[in-house]
Amino acid sequence: MSITQPVAAEGGSGFTAPGPGSFELPPIFGDVTKPMVLLVLSAVVVFGFFYAASRNASLVPGRLQYTGEMVYGFVRNNMARDNIGSEHYMKFVPYLFTLFTFILVNNYYGVIPFLQFPSFSRIGFIVPLALLSWGIYVGAGIWKHGPLGYLKHATMPGGVKGPILLLLVPLEFFSNIIIRPVTLTLRLFGNMFAGHLLLILFATGGAALLASGNVLYGAVGVLSFGLGIGVSFLEMLVMFLQAYVFTLLSSMYIGEALADEH
Amino acid sequence: MDHIVLAAAEGETHSPVLPVWSEVILALIVFAILFVLMRKFVVPNFEKTFAERTAAIEGGLSAAESKQAEADAKLAELEKQLADARHEAARIREEAREQGAAIIAEMREQAQAESTRIVEHGKTQIEAERQQAVTSLRAEVGALATGLAGRIVGESLDDEARQSRVVDRFLTELEAQNGTTGSVN
Repeated sequence: MSITQPVAAEGGSGFTAPGPGSFELPPIFGDVTKPMVLLVLSAVVVFGFFYAASRNASLVPGRLQYTGEMVYGFVRNNMARDNIGSEHYMKFVPYLFTLFTFILVNNYYGVIPFLQFPSFSRIGFIVPLALLSWGIYVGAGIWKHGPLGYLKHATMPGGVKGPILLLLVPLEFFSNIIIRPVTLTLRLFGNMFAGHLLLILFATGGAALLASGNVLYGAVGVLSFGLGIGVSFLEMLVMFLQAYVFTLLSSMYIGEALADEH
Repeated sequence: MDHIVLAAAEGETHSPVLPVWSEVILALIVFAILFVLMRKFVVPNFEKTFAERTAAIEGGLSAAESKQAEADAKLAELEKQLADARHEAARIREEAREQGAAIIAEMREQAQAESTRIVEHGKTQIEAERQQAVTSLRAEVGALATGLAGRIVGESLDDEARQSRVVDRFLTELEAQNGTTGSVN
């Protein structure tokens, strides 16, 4: 099936609009593709940076240590502690911290010159992270309430009695246990995929319009580049927000699973 | 229609929402390694720094508190000392004033006595000298007068009794004369 739509330009010069095919990059060597290399690189970058920032940590931080501490403190205090509660949150800080920084760096690949590919527009990279978050919050709930206790905790809203439970319990089970990892995955994937698609469209479309030789098309091409720059800045915000939301929701799910009653 | 050929050349593009399993496994491994490294090497360092910083701040606060209390105590003590010193100074000043007044009064008294004594002494001396002068004058004037009178009268007034009588009379007259014209003494 062909999803890419050909657009007829003047003089028969063909322009292929970007589509899902733009995300199927050819392997660099063997079966290794660019997103795979980027993903490994992100782990190196994240660990390299935070190891350097924390290795010689002192009471009065330098610039590097201060930056590292700011990110770490943001995940630790604003996400983990505020959502999980001061009793258990430290157990989950390493996971949430790794999650946040890993997603953040992979997202920002999308606006870094020459790399220019957000790894998480490949859904395969997100699936294990969402499954891990799911496993952790379900596991935390079972650890706290026991298997049946957690099932009850997750599916029966407090204070609801009677036949309405027949309707509510399946709904709650569906939304709390089954849907959450799917929405975690799709939210991040959709944002990265669509954002990158937009950037490609504005860039390649602008180039095609400029190359068309028609003055009016050329003017629209310049406008397209301008919009592309604007969208890039919007994307930078979205990239941060998606890393934030993924981590925040993970910590909220954990906090909810550990809560006494809701 | 070359662009359609291009699209076809990409082959069967698989749906972007279906994960590629090699990617799932790769991400899982990479993330697991990163997680282990972060938990082992990064998080403990940050936590250690946070804990140390908290301890340092708390230690600093309590140290500052005790320092403050110490300073307050010292200040109170110094103020008390200052008040004491002021009190003492006032007392000493008052005493000095009294002493000074007493000394002045005493000195004045002494000077008064001294001057009285000097005046007294002078008076006595003058009186004595006057007496001495009168005595010597009396003797001298007597001899001179008798000598003069003898020369004038031409006879020697050798008779002691007469001589003395005549001199006494003369002197009495002289004193009387002085008494009427006012004493030179």
